[in-house]
Amino acid sequence: MTMAIDAPRQGFRLSMLIFDTRYRSYTIQAVVLALFVIAIGWLGYNLDQNLSDRGKELSFRFLWQRAGYDIPQTLIPYTNDSVHFRALLVGLTNTLVVAFIGCICATILGVFVGVLRLSNNWLVARLMTVYVEMFRNVPLLLWVLLSYVVLTETMPAPKDFKVTDEMTAAGEAPAASMSFFDTVAVTNRGTNVPAPLLERGLGSIDLGFMSLNLTFLAFVAVIGGSIYANNRIVSDARRRQETTGDRPVTWWKSLLILFGPIAVMLVALGLHWETPVLKGFNFQGGMFIAHAFTALLVALTLYTAAFIAEIVRAGIQAINRGQSEAAFALGLRPGRTMSLVVLPQALRVIIPPLISQFLNLTKNTSLGAVISYSDISGTLGGITRNQTGREIECVFLMMLVYLSISLTISMGMNYYNRSTQLKAR
Amino acid sequence: MAQSFNRTEMLPALPPPISQRGAVKWMNENLLSSPLNIFLTVVGFAAIVLIIVSAFPWWANSVWNAGSLKECRDIVTASAGEGASGACWAYLRVWWGAVIFGHQYPVDERWRPILTFGLLFVALAPVLFAGQKRSLLIILGAVAAYSLLTLSLAAAPAVPFVLALLGIAALLVLSQVQPAKLLWFTLAFPPLCFWLLWGGSIWTPIVAMAGFAVLYFVFRAASPVIGLAPAAGAGLVAAVLWWLFAQGPIVENLDAILRVELLFVPSDEFGGFLLSTVIGITGITFSLPIGILLALGRQSDMPIVKMLCVIFIEAIRGVPLITLLFVAAFVLGFFLPPNSNFDLLLRVLILVTVFSAAYLAEVLRGSLAALPRGQYEAADALGLDYWRAQRLIILPQALKISIPAIVSSFIGLFKDTTLVTIVALYEPLKGITGLVRADVNWKGIYWEPYIFVGTIFFVFCFGMSRYSKYLEGKLKTDHR
Repeated sequence: MTMAIDAPRQGFRLSMLIFDTRYRSYTIQAVVLALFVIAIGWLGYNLDQNLSDRGKELSFRFLWQRAGYDIPQTLIPYTNDSVHFRALLVGLTNTLVVAFIGCICATILGVFVGVLRLSNNWLVARLMTVYVEMFRNVPLLLWVLLSYVVLTETMPAPKDFKVTDEMTAAGEAPAASMSFFDTVAVTNRGTNVPAPLLERGLGSIDLGFMSLNLTFLAFVAVIGGSIYANNRIVSDARRRQETTGDRPVTWWKSLLILFGPIAVMLVALGLHWETPVLKGFNFQGGMFIAHAFTALLVALTLYTAAFIAEIVRAGIQAINRGQSEAAFALGLRPGRTMSLVVLPQALRVIIPPLISQFLNLTKNTSLGAVISYSDISGTLGGITRNQTGREIECVFLMMLVYLSISLTISMGMNYYNRSTQLKAR
Repeated sequence: MAQSFNRTEMLPALPPPISQRGAVKWMNENLLSSPLNIFLTVVGFAAIVLIIVSAFPWWANSVWNAGSLKECRDIVTASAGEGASGACWAYLRVWWGAVIFGHQYPVDERWRPILTFGLLFVALAPVLFAGQKRSLLIILGAVAAYSLLTLSLAAAPAVPFVLALLGIAALLVLSQVQPAKLLWFTLAFPPLCFWLLWGGSIWTPIVAMAGFAVLYFVFRAASPVIGLAPAAGAGLVAAVLWWLFAQGPIVENLDAILRVELLFVPSDEFGGFLLSTVIGITGITFSLPIGILLALGRQSDMPIVKMLCVIFIEAIRGVPLITLLFVAAFVLGFFLPPNSNFDLLLRVLILVTVFSAAYLAEVLRGSLAALPRGQYEAADALGLDYWRAQRLIILPQALKISIPAIVSSFIGLFKDTTLVTIVALYEPLKGITGLVRADVNWKGIYWEPYIFVGTIFFVFCFGMSRYSKYLEGKLKTDHR
């Protein structure tokens, strides 16, 4: 009796490419690759045809031509004589700044709301549910438009702030006045806030291709040094706690080391505030914040906070009740239970979706284009594209920028996930 | 002799003290249990009072009938006194048609989107409430009543009016006799919807659908000979050939024989909620199958397929929808054959679908990965081939556990339809409201249009999320 131990040995036949599961995947992949190449070729051919029909060619040289338009909010030096590339950078910084502040505000508000939703106070929990459902189920664009329109339509015009001699004589107050002890003026054009100025800046040195702002560098160095010193203090305290059992008091040392040097430096450099003053038809001096920025920030914060609140709630609920009961049984106070037992476990659940909300928020800053905020989709995707007529290049660059931001954030997330993964036994 | 004073009968239980029962106990526990809680209650109560005090008079003084914002304000001042504020919903009376259908959609043809919207629910009913005669009866009855009412309000022409009502009545009967057969209407709905909304010759959608029939028959004929996947490819090729070369002449000939047509409405004339719904529903319908394919491709063992899917998904997910809409408006035209005319709405639909498909693929990837390894192995052990294993074992479970995420991604898509305003399509939020606010009569109105549009979005999105909760509960088969 013979036994079939191996699969029958046969020569390779061509039909096996289709019918034999061992080889079929090669066929499928070859076909897919071929189709892909054909599709790319077809698109490229069409592109070539269309471009030559319109007498255009792909080139990124326009980036080094004069932009010729003004941008209301610039964080880096920019005039309308700067090149389009500079406008791109301005747009990018504007995107990043609104995304960064938005992430911080949304996290604070979201955590607050998420915790309150779990509170055993019936009224507050219901109110927060209403807030979350209201913001999650209505388009973000509505909140952006609404906050923008409310700011531009309901705020007084600069002329309403004017105090004329007749008014003083009659003892009348102007139609509008500045808030926060006469330092902040909210008009229908924008918000004027006091600007911090230094009397004795450190100046900057020119490195030929770019200039280095020494003041900025000094601040970075001082803050970095303070944080490092604080870390040392805290880790020393922890070591002492682990060896001797009692923890030295560190909070005042931390406060001193974190804020002392920077305060000394600010005083040394002569910090003073320049408040906006009404001159002629508009406010002069101080810092001008466009309503587009404020509206976008408010809308993004409120909208994303609703999602973050849900994430926080789910994260806290995911922690087994037994964990906090065990902590109480060990005699930990509620605050300690939260910070030592519940939060470290909840954070593992909360942080990955939280970061993807940050990612969403960053991508959603592109809605600023609708209210003419000069983020990258407003400068590069808007005015530069319109002026140069280089649609393909501009849109491609814009996608590339957003893609790199997204990939950077998700790389950070992957790193975090790896470092906090539960080590399976 | 000692007398025992043991009581032999139970005393009736006393009611709990006043602080431990009823509303007082509830308030003590839920509102006033600790100083912090009392503080929160006071703050919450103050917030509610503040909102009511500031918004209620505005709401109560609403004006529903006026020709302009100024007239509204005058009416409010006349009725509620100087300085009183009041909502001016009268704008809806003037702009209602534009908000719902877009300001350019022909007024005489408005009955078509109205009917389509009703039929949409008929088409969804057998999918959403499979086999539940009672739910089907309620939905179809509601659609019949809705159609009767709205079609007569919109002054629909007599012939389509009668035909539509007869059709709905027939479907109503069918749903009670053979509910499963109602699915055929769901399949017939997309071409019907296309024809009703865009108009033109009735033969265009019918012949286009025949292309799918060609696909199916070629597939059926070829699959025993060359296997499933190649047969599907052959069917696809045949269908594409049909659409490219046979469609035009056949439609022309049929038109010559019998001409049934509705007034053609170009996509540029779509606007308002009609536009949002068209984009939303099309995106949802087409992105689900594409998303499933992408997710399967990403889980595949074939490195090339996997790599292409990963690159596609991550590249799309990494950019905001607005950039993709820019692509639709400014770039896609360069990559399509010269002299082809894909109108703007079609290009937007393509990219919205692609965008949503990438998100769905990511959602499904999660659930595919969450399925226990044993399910895949069991399917292999049963000797099922790849597609059968996916169709019978893997996907039903994966789709089930991803329902909440799929629905929330659909909600996101529906909300994102408002972004098409950036490529100058007249969606309700910015496009139409912008027109209202630019109108000389209504200049300065802003709360009312945004509240109205927001409410409609809220109703749809909240409804979808509630439905997903219901479905999640209904499909739950584990008894944990």
